[in-house]
Amino acid sequence: MFKKVYNWIDERLDITPLWRDVADHEVPEHVNPAHHFSAFVYCFGGLTFFITVIQILSGMFLTMYYVPDIIHAYASVDYLQHQIPFGKIVRGMHHFGASLVIVMMFLHTLRVFFTGSYKAPREMNWVVGMLIFFIMLGLGFTGYLLPWDNKAYYATKVGVEIAASVPYIGEYIASFLYGGDIVGAQTLTRFFAIHVFFLPGALIAMLAAHFIMIRRQGISGPL
Amino acid sequence: MAHGHKSDEKIVYVGDSRVKKSGRRDSTPPDYTSFPGKSEAFIPNFLLKEWMVGCVVLVGFLVWVMAEAAPLGYPADPTNASFIPMPDWYFLFLYQFLKYPYVSQDYILLGTLGIPGIMFGALMLAPFLDTGKERRFYRRPIASSLMFLSIAAVVYLTVVSWDHYQHQLEEKGIVPEHHERADKVREALERGEERPSFLKTAEAPAIIEPEDPIFASVVEAQCIACHAADLNGAGGPSLLGIGNRMTTEEIADIIIHGKNNGSMPAFEGTLSTDEINQLAEWLSKQTQS
Repeated sequence: MFKKVYNWIDERLDITPLWRDVADHEVPEHVNPAHHFSAFVYCFGGLTFFITVIQILSGMFLTMYYVPDIIHAYASVDYLQHQIPFGKIVRGMHHFGASLVIVMMFLHTLRVFFTGSYKAPREMNWVVGMLIFFIMLGLGFTGYLLPWDNKAYYATKVGVEIAASVPYIGEYIASFLYGGDIVGAQTLTRFFAIHVFFLPGALIAMLAAHFIMIRRQGISGPL
Repeated sequence: MAHGHKSDEKIVYVGDSRVKKSGRRDSTPPDYTSFPGKSEAFIPNFLLKEWMVGCVVLVGFLVWVMAEAAPLGYPADPTNASFIPMPDWYFLFLYQFLKYPYVSQDYILLGTLGIPGIMFGALMLAPFLDTGKERRFYRRPIASSLMFLSIAAVVYLTVVSWDHYQHQLEEKGIVPEHHERADKVREALERGEERPSFLKTAEAPAIIEPEDPIFASVVEAQCIACHAADLNGAGGPSLLGIGNRMTTEEIADIIIHGKNNGSMPAFEGTLSTDEINQLAEWLSKQTQS
């Protein structure tokens, strides 16, 4: 039955080569922790992706209750964390996952750096990886404001003030992020949009590029 | 050009614009037979092992999440001048870095763009700066030692920043808001009370100068039947804040002649001119900020 459905789709869309590209390849011994325990350092990239998936899923559930509005934002976070079943778990996963994804990404970056895997022909993948790193930091910065408590408010204020100290373009960056002259209603909706639409969109595009390049170039050989 | 019609294909496309099979890149992935050792298939052999690692991480993560609640402080209050601003922990190294001389005040440009720009720029362009063929880190002393130095600096700055924050809290005797809030909620629940919300509720507007004799003699007798005991309106409109909308003369005029075809009755005759003047005078003081 499954085979029939697969063949039916394959006749029309020719998906077998696609499936080969994604799934059908060999994994060398030197990255396999089952053969060398020290090869666990090669897991950090996959774990970063795993935590990123957790972030996307938990974030999707959070937006079912979160209200990006200065009057209701705090109350909605309070409500979803304390009144909704499993709300504490979902918000906890999103909050602590944000830290964990940074840790995993940091470890993955160090692994790639110290094994020299960024060298030719994989330069572009390293650059894309760094862009992913910056997108993640942007997600961390914008997400921090959303609960709209004092910590969120003042961290954002200081962060934008630092950006505003850049000569010439600083004030434009600040008014773009503030959506005005202060951290206020516009800032919150803006950060919400950036956190939920703009940056995740960019992140998914960059992840796709990252993975396609890995498949094209394969894993770097043993040292 | 389109493919010629092949008899073995079940579906024949009109004007077939698919990429030619022969022109396609070889989709067979590179194998690792040139490397020593045992390679294995990604699906299912290796993927199962990856999932096991994923499960271990997930269990650890969920234990962490269940053990500790995500912090939530008090609602944002822009007028709170004593709050110590702190970014999330992974920005602390940059935050601390900007506190040092020569990267702050007059030299802030060096702190915000100059040095971080060089550091992150170098990190991003690492493959183009470190172009040697050698991959082992101990054979690349310059790249490796720069990286070790950077990690040490980032760790040092983060620790110093966090330490400084803890000292500040201790000096000023501040308990971080999310701890204080969690404690208050727990205590309230233990006392069997409702969960406190911490949101500022708008203060109920109050009657100004209720000790004025006109309040007891006239208002309580005549007005509160329609305008409610707190004057916030019932059958008639709220009189709180009426001083913002009307002058004393306008108020007196309404009291004398009534309004809306008698739903607000005319009090001419019921009240003396003196009482009406005092009442209008008193009502005009009912202003709201």
